[in-house]
Amino acid sequence: MQYLLMLHAEEAGWERLTKEQQQQGAAAYMAYGEALKQAGVLRGSNRLRPSSAATTVRVANGKPQVVDGPYVESKEQIGGYYLIDVADLDAAISWASRCPGAGHGTVEVRPVWSM
Amino acid sequence: MSRDDRDASTDGAHRGGEQARAAAEAVARRSYGKLVAFLAARTRDVAAAEDALSEAFAAALADWPLSGCPANPEGWLLTVARRKVIDMYRGQRRDEHAGDELRVLGFGLEEGSAGGEVPAIPDQRLALVFACAHPAIEANIRAPLILQVVMGLDAKRIASAFLMSPAAMGKRLVRAKEKIRQAGIPFRVPEREELGERLDTVLGAIYGAFAEGWTDLAGTDGARRDLAEEAIFLCRVVTELLPGEPEALGLLALMLHAEARRRARRDSHGEYVPLAEQDFALWDTAMIAEAEAFLRRASGMGSIGRYQLEAALQSAHVHRRRAGVANWEEVVQLYDALMAVVAGSPVVAVNRALAIAELHGAGPGLAAMQEVAGDPRLTEYQPYWAARAELLARAGARGEARAAYEMAIGLERDAAVRRWLQQRQAALTDRTES
Repeated sequence: MQYLLMLHAEEAGWERLTKEQQQQGAAAYMAYGEALKQAGVLRGSNRLRPSSAATTVRVANGKPQVVDGPYVESKEQIGGYYLIDVADLDAAISWASRCPGAGHGTVEVRPVWSM
Repeated sequence: MSRDDRDASTDGAHRGGEQARAAAEAVARRSYGKLVAFLAARTRDVAAAEDALSEAFAAALADWPLSGCPANPEGWLLTVARRKVIDMYRGQRRDEHAGDELRVLGFGLEEGSAGGEVPAIPDQRLALVFACAHPAIEANIRAPLILQVVMGLDAKRIASAFLMSPAAMGKRLVRAKEKIRQAGIPFRVPEREELGERLDTVLGAIYGAFAEGWTDLAGTDGARRDLAEEAIFLCRVVTELLPGEPEALGLLALMLHAEARRRARRDSHGEYVPLAEQDFALWDTAMIAEAEAFLRRASGMGSIGRYQLEAALQSAHVHRRRAGVANWEEVVQLYDALMAVVAGSPVVAVNRALAIAELHGAGPGLAAMQEVAGDPRLTEYQPYWAARAELLARAGARGEARAAYEMAIGLERDAAVRRWLQQRQAALTDRTES
């Protein structure tokens, strides 16, 4: 079953880290991705640009409304995701708990409808 | 009534409420499992017993601040809860057998006469523990079930400690209790001939609960730390009720040894400290002494087993650090004995390989590890990759060591351990470049 692990974290947090901490953090994510690959469960993953780069689009009365910024203004934003394919929710939670993002933010685990 | 009077009386009620809450919590901590066991022993309806008991606790919180804490709070709660159970059964069953059922529900205790004393409640916790760890109950729900039913921990905390969703954990706990009732799982301590095997599942469940608590290195997660404490408490209960079982004593010794070193596992900056580098002044010496005493008592009974061996290994590690003597030969021998008891455990094999490396060098250690490398359970087992990386690094295979560290880092949950592994990996790179 596929699950989307959504990484919510405080966006400004990264900037506050020292260069060394950033390197360590990036390396931890690399290693996590590698472990997901080695276990054969990774289906896709990406890091997202900051929410200041986001644009939201909505069509009301046939008229598109384009707004600068993320859908929800909040200190915590989605910074990336992993799409994994595992046996069940317990396995998905187990992987989510290993994600470095679970340590400095929150990882939301969402099952994907199978088509 | 003047304003001041009113304030004073509210204050008094508030204090009474606090006291009642504290008293109720103390009883809950001490007697929860005992009361559930007693209420459910005849009906085998654990869920009903729990419901009745929680209503009784609610009644206590309402009543005790007004009329004062009863002299025998346990008996008070039992009387109220028993009445609730009887009410539930009256509501459900209106057939002619209802009378029999209710007589059965009299629980063999005389209704406390006015002013009379309540007889002591027999301790049937062990029977309840054996029901929860029955082979008919799914293996991985036994520890959570014991924690909820016997220790009174709530499902949310248990779910979080076992990395499960609270909804899923709740459902599985309900299903397990339903199974106890429907399948007629007995509330009794097994007879001598089957006790060994059944005690194994009980100890396994307790150790499972402890291990979940143990993964919280920093001790910052209250739910997890409590879990380790609860497991030790429960194991003490088991050893008190079954004093002649060496493996129960062995498990208690093992857990106390591990718990005694908890404070030393982090430095003042919250960074991870491996056993070999721990400041043993931070170890809890009283707890270690207690563990050693339990282990001695167990080995005096002349029947060796898995937990005694694991406790003996802990004891050997402690001795090595304190006395500064390399006792790896003894450690390898203990692992050999452990391998014979828990055949096919890749976890034991990995630790044994590390000990062999200390005794004979990295090469033989890696060779020993190679024997289990094909086990699919190891692919996601962080300690395997960390151990492998360590030995590869020592053997000078830096590229492979780096790759193994990469896996270990990717599989680690704890940020501090992750940082420690990253430092080890980085040190490897530095050496290559210089």
